[in-house]
Amino acid sequence: MRTPEPLIFKHSRSGRSAAGQYPQGATANVPEKFRRRKPAALPEVSELQAVRHFTRLSQLNFSIDTHFYPLGSCTMKYNPRACNQYAMLPELLGRHPLAPAGVSQGFLSCLYELQEMLKDVTGMKGVSLTPMAGAQGEFAGLAMIRAYHRARGDLQRTEIIVPDAAHGTNPATATMCGFSVVEIQSLPNGDVDLEALKGAIGPKTAGIMLTNPSTLGVFERRIQEVAKLVHEAGGLLYYDGANLNAILGKVRPGDMGFDVIHMNLHKTFSTPHGGGGPGSGAVGVNQRLLPFMPIPVVGKEGDSYRFLEEKDLPQTIGRLSAWAGNAGVLLRAYVYMRMLGREGMHRVAEFAALNANYLLARLKQAGFDAAYPERRASHEFIITMKRQAKELNVTAMDFAKRLLDYGFHAPTTYFPLLVPECLLIEPTETEAKEELDAFVAAMVAIQAEAEQDAAKVKGAPYTLPVRRLDDVRAAKQLDLTYGMRSTE
Amino acid sequence: MPFIPHTDTDIKEMLAAIGAPSIDALFDEIPAALRIKSLAAIPEALTEMEVGRLMTARAQVDGRPLCFLGAGAYDHHIPAAVWAIVTRGEFYSAYTPYQAEASQGTLQLLYEYQTMMSSLTGMEVSNASLYDGASALAEACLMSVRAHRKSKSARIVVPATLNPTYLSVSRAITEGQNLKFDVLPYEPGKGTLQFSKLEALKGEDITAVVIQQPNFFGLMEDVDAITDWAHANGAQVIAVVNPLSLAMFKPPGEWGTKGVDIVVGDGQPLGVPLSSGGPYFGFMTTRMEHVRQMPGRIIGRTVDLDGKQGFTLTLQAREQHIRRSKATSNICTNQGLLVTAATIHMSLLGASGLEAVASTSQQQTAKLVEKLTRIPNVKLAFDGYRFHEAVLQLDRNVSDVLDALAKRNIVGGLDLSKRYPELGNALLVCATETRTDADIDAYASALAAVLER
Repeated sequence: MRTPEPLIFKHSRSGRSAAGQYPQGATANVPEKFRRRKPAALPEVSELQAVRHFTRLSQLNFSIDTHFYPLGSCTMKYNPRACNQYAMLPELLGRHPLAPAGVSQGFLSCLYELQEMLKDVTGMKGVSLTPMAGAQGEFAGLAMIRAYHRARGDLQRTEIIVPDAAHGTNPATATMCGFSVVEIQSLPNGDVDLEALKGAIGPKTAGIMLTNPSTLGVFERRIQEVAKLVHEAGGLLYYDGANLNAILGKVRPGDMGFDVIHMNLHKTFSTPHGGGGPGSGAVGVNQRLLPFMPIPVVGKEGDSYRFLEEKDLPQTIGRLSAWAGNAGVLLRAYVYMRMLGREGMHRVAEFAALNANYLLARLKQAGFDAAYPERRASHEFIITMKRQAKELNVTAMDFAKRLLDYGFHAPTTYFPLLVPECLLIEPTETEAKEELDAFVAAMVAIQAEAEQDAAKVKGAPYTLPVRRLDDVRAAKQLDLTYGMRSTE
Repeated sequence: MPFIPHTDTDIKEMLAAIGAPSIDALFDEIPAALRIKSLAAIPEALTEMEVGRLMTARAQVDGRPLCFLGAGAYDHHIPAAVWAIVTRGEFYSAYTPYQAEASQGTLQLLYEYQTMMSSLTGMEVSNASLYDGASALAEACLMSVRAHRKSKSARIVVPATLNPTYLSVSRAITEGQNLKFDVLPYEPGKGTLQFSKLEALKGEDITAVVIQQPNFFGLMEDVDAITDWAHANGAQVIAVVNPLSLAMFKPPGEWGTKGVDIVVGDGQPLGVPLSSGGPYFGFMTTRMEHVRQMPGRIIGRTVDLDGKQGFTLTLQAREQHIRRSKATSNICTNQGLLVTAATIHMSLLGASGLEAVASTSQQQTAKLVEKLTRIPNVKLAFDGYRFHEAVLQLDRNVSDVLDALAKRNIVGGLDLSKRYPELGNALLVCATETRTDADIDAYASALAAVLER
């Protein structure tokens, strides 16, 4: 176990600084009423101390570059280094967001082509790149649905249908958009319950939010019937692109009947997850929602590109970010798509599915229980630890924590909420077979440990910078800043 | 196959283990009619060398014009160490720290960030980031409606000197929740909030008053008086600030008698490159009493089974993955990597370094204003105390002047004539510490030449 790295404030000494990093000599003459009296409590450290501190902190993390990271629903695939390098060329980094189109044609051409490629892989008619994460893409999608109904004078549509397996962002977004949420259950085989759907839809239905394949790791086989039912009732279909990696190059949401989608470029198109962002939640729409897209959108006139603004799209739902979304993320996704090319697009879903189905088959052979044993896995699948929890008192969380000791990031735990003691496992297409085999071996070893010495598994992890943390204390005795609780 | 490690032998063995005849068979649950026929709009794959050549060519089309734009995004020096560390795979390719034990690096850094941001803004608590400054203001307005239970109006008063884009974004994001935004005018000739218009609202139910400091014109508002007035009249106060400026200026936690309730802004000036507008990050700090109404991730310090210090996501009962339709916000992924940059940046510069950057930026802008207003027919619109932006008035159409400057490879500022028609041919300019005296002279002679025609 490592020695803990102290807080940066512990390295601080009054009068120390990285003086080469800022201009010397300027002193401001600030009027008394505006002046800051006491300097902010920022650390006073040398450049080496800062570099060493943050490098050491980085080493406390698991990451894709260092560990297999099968976090379900998050698509933790390799982030090619070229995408970062070429999005950070000095001209691109130095471009001001308000720079006129005349000095922005190179940048705008990348975004325009990205829009075109995303339209093609999703089967949609228009793409706006501005939403800054999946949840904002969802927001944009539902806001467009609201705008569409309003524009038709159809004001009674106040409900959004969400399956019980949906990501928490779906119902949260519906609320944020001013809709009420109608939840419908899934069938035991993982498909949407069409009878429940029929009971839920009606004249108040604004739309339905679906992830396909769903968070249960299976493809919604009757999606065309779902689309027909919802459309006949006057509602629209929203596609949550969290699992787009499962079908990239195989099926398109537009062809399934979806009216509006978001894509998580940080999942399917391999931009970095960054320890919790930045993401990008680009949205795609079909013909009838084109006028409502969030601005700006990149347009092309002749050979030149420019941002389309409110005057071009007067019915737009408006602007969701100060500028044009997470532009640097968009450039990374563009480089990624150009490197994959057409054939590479098809291979994404193929090898993601191969890896998921292989891992599922191996885990089933090793005696683990699939939540949907009769179904094909999509790009991910669920193992349930219900039996282990009952028989050995070892839970999904215990397995997850022990996996960390074996050098694997844990799968997603306790989501989706309707499968008890679940591990949602998504290997992605960029992992080699040996890595998957090693993961199976670790799961088998932990199972053996659980049978012989459950306490050992329940006490895990042992080899990480910290052992299991007291979350109750964290929430009850709030300590959110250095100095809040003690005078250490 | 780029980024796919499978050999033919691997594929055979894996399909055998699955019991499937081919990879295609793995998609047999998908109706055949839905399968993709072609992807005509996707070009053939490029190698890394080819894509490098392509991107370099695209970047060179745009070049590096000399830029005097600000308006919410500012070109500051970023120490080399910042992005060298940010792009380490351990930060770059990790995700939200759901498994705390395997994410202590990110979590401790976020705790340090929360500490720095709270201190910089003079508030008690900070979240771990929002998307950007504009959407952070939208979240602050929604938070104020939740936190201020006595106010029933959901009415937000904003000055016309708020960055207009921030207001547009706030309207778009709160559209479904019946918030009302009232825009109060600025004092003509002065460029700061017309206080009498605020006083005229006495006795009305106002949920929150928004103040941007320095305001969109680069001027300083009388934040103490506005804050005290708002509190005396039962409204909360939301401050929108440039975090760099807080190295010099009084933090919102000390405005007026009690300090403000919520502080938001864009963290871009703290180590984040311009990069066409993103990714940046939004920050939010508040008083402890409102912490449960905050949106976004919050990190807490706690102990592990052995009593050793550790860090974890906390107060998750506010968030969408637990509360679903009753969450404080739908935000999930935020802007973690940019917060990483800001935390390293603030550590390297320290309070005195940030103050030096802020005051040098102010000084360069003063020089810029001085040089440009020496040109005939270039006037300063407002002469109050300012930070690092200024509004100039020209004798002709600003957009034509900017086009002419662009031909000389100078991005001359932001045309305000559409947003603020009453100001005439108005131009918002900015200089940071990265604009040298020679740069300023180059701009001045270019503008003089353009206006001479």
